[in-house]
Amino acid sequence: MEKVAIAPDGGAVAKSSAQPLLIVRNLRKYFPVKGGLLNRSVAQVKAVDGVSFHVMAGEVLGIVGESGCGKSTTARLLMHLLTADEGEVIFDGLGVGARDGLTVKELRRNAQMVFQDSYASLNPRLPVEDTIAFGPTVHGVPSAEAKQRARRLLDDVGLAPERFGRRYPHELSGGQRQRINIARALALQPRLVFLDEAVSALDKSVEAQVLNLLVDLKEEFNLTYVFISHDLNVVHYISDRVLVMYLGKVVEVGPVGSVYSRSAHPYTRALLSSQPSMDPDRRKTEPPLSGDPPTPINPPSGCRFRTRCAYAEEICSRVEPPLLGFGDNGAHQSACHMNNAGSGHSLTAPAGTAE
Amino acid sequence: MTQVNAVRRPARPVDDAGDTALASPAAAKDAPAVVYKGQSYWSNVGRRLRRDPTTVVCGLIVLAIILVAVFAPLIAPMDPYQAKMLGRLAPIGTAGHPLGTDELGRDMLSRLIYGGRISLMMGLTPVGVALAVGGLLGVIAGYAGGWVNMMIMRFMDVFYAFPSIMLAIAISGALGAGIGNGMLALTLVLIPSITRVTESVTTQVRAYDFVDAARATGASSTRVIVTHVLSNVLGPIFIFSTSLVSVSIIIASGLSFLGLGVSPPEADWGLMLSTLRQAIYINPMLCALPGIMIFITSLCFNLMSDGLRSAMDVRL
Repeated sequence: MEKVAIAPDGGAVAKSSAQPLLIVRNLRKYFPVKGGLLNRSVAQVKAVDGVSFHVMAGEVLGIVGESGCGKSTTARLLMHLLTADEGEVIFDGLGVGARDGLTVKELRRNAQMVFQDSYASLNPRLPVEDTIAFGPTVHGVPSAEAKQRARRLLDDVGLAPERFGRRYPHELSGGQRQRINIARALALQPRLVFLDEAVSALDKSVEAQVLNLLVDLKEEFNLTYVFISHDLNVVHYISDRVLVMYLGKVVEVGPVGSVYSRSAHPYTRALLSSQPSMDPDRRKTEPPLSGDPPTPINPPSGCRFRTRCAYAEEICSRVEPPLLGFGDNGAHQSACHMNNAGSGHSLTAPAGTAE
Repeated sequence: MTQVNAVRRPARPVDDAGDTALASPAAAKDAPAVVYKGQSYWSNVGRRLRRDPTTVVCGLIVLAIILVAVFAPLIAPMDPYQAKMLGRLAPIGTAGHPLGTDELGRDMLSRLIYGGRISLMMGLTPVGVALAVGGLLGVIAGYAGGWVNMMIMRFMDVFYAFPSIMLAIAISGALGAGIGNGMLALTLVLIPSITRVTESVTTQVRAYDFVDAARATGASSTRVIVTHVLSNVLGPIFIFSTSLVSVSIIIASGLSFLGLGVSPPEADWGLMLSTLRQAIYINPMLCALPGIMIFITSLCFNLMSDGLRSAMDVRL
């Protein structure tokens, strides 16, 4: 599997010594838009369009982007809750669904997911303890032992098992329910956890507690997180690396400090400057970006961001910019012609990125 | 177990109400372990049902009718088939015949008791069978979606296109008279509507994240359905089915009235109504008795299903 370790993202060489826990290559999902006579598909929503990335063992990869950019679809595709149209998922060196690789069931034992809506993701008719124990019993753990494990996990997420185990989801608060969801995800002793907006629906103080809990659990159980969020502060706090998505594509990826301080893509810069500031002197009145993203049914040609980009030129509508590495030994990559010297864009190194 | 809590960062004591286990792990340790007894959803539903007087009264009436039907031979004062040509159409209150006699001089009370047996059977059995078949088809259609859903639901739509009483008449007319054929016809008539309701509820439940979360554990579809989908789908279908019992009793009465259900001398309430109708000018109260029984029974089943609906519908 050494071949895999090199150039996982098709170009940039990451730390070639360690093998990534998860490699995603060219993931693609188009949803058909049905209509007209006989329910034919008349168009396609290009929700996720050729996404490639990797996740190293033990790290936290943050995925950020506007609503509808394909963050959640990516997570569901990776859990195989949706079937990808195309693309390869390699978990710990083994292709998922490949002939000598992992089955989907084996993948789901090793990777779990926490959903955004803490209420909708718990069965309202099942005591939370049984919800947590469900996963292990599916994988052949005797039910008494699974119950035992569920109670231990309840304790791990800070809920006393004897008080909370037999409760139903409606008897718990939002923060408590999200703890249950986290416990359920950990019940299969996974190595990778997708957190799909896991703290977004919680109020700030509870959000901080759950974030701290996630950090503690990560150390305790040697977990790797893929942390999907639209909250840039939270992503900055918890992530080691960040991946920025726009309209189903990766526009920038790199170490969190590098992406936040030396963002290379105009979209990332716009996203970061849209963050509200605590300092009144740094208050911004001009919105960095106006309007909504274009519809993913007919995305713009070439670079998908060009319709809202201040630096768009003719080249941007013709050629789709590849994801190329530039800083941090190539670990920081962006898909913008301005960072590619040979692209033909007049501003190959805009002021913001020159070091 | 408490060690883990001790290692945890000092949590701010501002979590939502009730989260004391995290806010003060020490307090939780010192306090005597209060074992939380879960109030199950169904025990809550039961409590709400018991507090609803309409449902309680209707439930008791239905229970009484069922018990009387089951123990008919012990309760009926006379042989319901014993004709007495001299005492025909005796009015209500006649000595020896508290509810009078029918057009052949048979004791009305005994006949109503025995008729209830058949009417209840015609009401409950088709609904039970249709619930099993239609429920299964509906859950499969709703969970699978796509072309499986298309196939099942379009097939059901074909039956749905006919008015149910017409379809029942057509089927039992084709199969011939008799209790068995009547029940078969009723079952076939009830299946499409139960399938449709089940399908729509299942489709709703299927969209919740907890179904995806259950799938994400690697469980098979059957297992996800049994543990997570059925528990959320059965309630609404059960309510709907209860309301169908009265529909079934009324259609069965209609079939018997037309001579397609029960054949004489046996009689359900519908057939009694049919044979007594010639006597309506002689003794109208007498003729109304089977109709009143049908009315009371269906009303009680309907009100019970309403009560059940409001007891279960509380969005927790």
